[in-house]
Amino acid sequence: MSTTPGADLQPLDVAVIRKDFSLLSRVLHGKPVIYLDSAVSGQMPIQVIERMAKYEREEHTNVHRGVSTLSQEATDFYEAAREKVRKFIGAGSIKEIVWTRGTTEAINLVAQTYGRVHVKEGDEILLSAMEHHANIVPWQMLAQEKGATIKVIPMTDAGELILEALDELLTERTKIVGVVHVSNVLGTVNPVKEIIARAHVKGIPVLVDGAQAVPHLQVNVQDLDADFYVFSGHKLSGPTGIGVLYGKLAHLEAMPPWHGGGNMIRSVSWERTTYMAAPGKFEAGTPPIAAAIGLGVAIDYITALSLDRIAAYEHELLLYATERLSRIPSLRILGNANEKASVISFVVEGIHPHDLGSLLDGDGVVVRAGHHCAQPVMTRFGVPATTRASFAYFNTREEVDILVSAVEKAIELFR
Amino acid sequence: MSDPRELYQQVILEHNKKPRNFGKLESCTHHAEGHNPLCGDELSLTLVVANGMVQDIKFTGSGCAIDVASASLMTGAVKGKPVAEAEAMAEQFRGMVRGELEPGTQTPLLGKLTLFSGVKDLPSRVKCAVLPWATLHAALKGEAEASTE
Repeated sequence: MSTTPGADLQPLDVAVIRKDFSLLSRVLHGKPVIYLDSAVSGQMPIQVIERMAKYEREEHTNVHRGVSTLSQEATDFYEAAREKVRKFIGAGSIKEIVWTRGTTEAINLVAQTYGRVHVKEGDEILLSAMEHHANIVPWQMLAQEKGATIKVIPMTDAGELILEALDELLTERTKIVGVVHVSNVLGTVNPVKEIIARAHVKGIPVLVDGAQAVPHLQVNVQDLDADFYVFSGHKLSGPTGIGVLYGKLAHLEAMPPWHGGGNMIRSVSWERTTYMAAPGKFEAGTPPIAAAIGLGVAIDYITALSLDRIAAYEHELLLYATERLSRIPSLRILGNANEKASVISFVVEGIHPHDLGSLLDGDGVVVRAGHHCAQPVMTRFGVPATTRASFAYFNTREEVDILVSAVEKAIELFR
Repeated sequence: MSDPRELYQQVILEHNKKPRNFGKLESCTHHAEGHNPLCGDELSLTLVVANGMVQDIKFTGSGCAIDVASASLMTGAVKGKPVAEAEAMAEQFRGMVRGELEPGTQTPLLGKLTLFSGVKDLPSRVKCAVLPWATLHAALKGEAEASTE
């Protein structure tokens, strides 16, 4: 494991933070809820929920509509959230921040606009072996339509991408690279900056799936030099239904619009429609306004805690949980990358992950059991599914202890 | 919602560990593959049906304890029974685990299979328990595949 980032920072006051999350005081099957499923969806602090409720209660209308004070107010809140996103990921301009429903929609948008223009018959799309289905299926659909081929960057048994294979895989036919920043199954933090640099040498653009990265590490899209960077609000302590596509302005300007409708047009006549400039041309219809505002507040919340402090705290938890779980003889952790975010996938000999998931649930421990929308990763490691615990800044060592003893109890039951 | 742990009774755990009728009948008259796309559970059933009776039945596959124990107990329950009775059991079993039976309904055919009645309180696991029965139903109808999708 790498050295602990931000070890010299003031630690998080987790006891205080936990008060912002009502769910953490819920009781499940007579046990306090231990929420170790933030990689599925992060919990929202009360500040986010209250801000969205206030919008719906006192400020609700539509954005970019007419001259009413209310509409102007809503538009200001909504656009202020866009600016928060810009700053959060270090983008150069708010024109580069497109609202989407989430990571999946953002990738589909790029595949269906940039992809459909640039990918032709015989071309190649390069993905990594640890992609989520969201960064596989949209490209397969495009490849099928165009007669293109999907190529895959392989990974080691430890769950690290084999970059030595890159030079051979990046060919003159490669039209785009899609790579996950942090694996949702293995926790691996991929060296996306290096991958981007090497793709750029050959003039190939790169889309980074940052859904599992933005909650855990400081991202700067300009430093990475990413062409596209996508993520979801709900993994970042924000609501569902809102996500972000960052795209370099030159790409966004050159891309055709995707969905047509209101909000994305400059003028419409029966003969001809002209479109808004980016990001407007990609935002047809009424957006999830409260969700966008809520995501802005989530970013404020995370920023106030500081991602460096969050990363340091979560790293400690990861080390502790890895150490405790590793001591269980029949348990095997999948993914032992040198750089890892706070995600641990594991299998226990003789217990199917779904049984383990149900038994842990009985102990109030919420984890994900399944293929994690990453079936090629399951196939790569020869397992049908895994159990995954994912840790956030509000989790504690005591919760790790409860996870470990719940796993031990399940093993005892199945003995 | 009941405690998920209550489902994991000794009989179920024991059948998971040592499944009965595990294997493949080489000269079968009926067979079907069952698949649970959500979990990746897979089940292969082979049967010998003669004179309207399930003469023999075996299964192979991989899945969770609920799935494997359900298949193990099912094969034991239908072996030697008339096809019509096996079908009736399948119907009662599915009704039971889906919570679709009228309160007070008797399920005399099911016997110890009522161990699985707790599954109805765990919606995410209903498909695991049902997969063997859905596969049996498909095999008896002459269909090659069953899916709980």
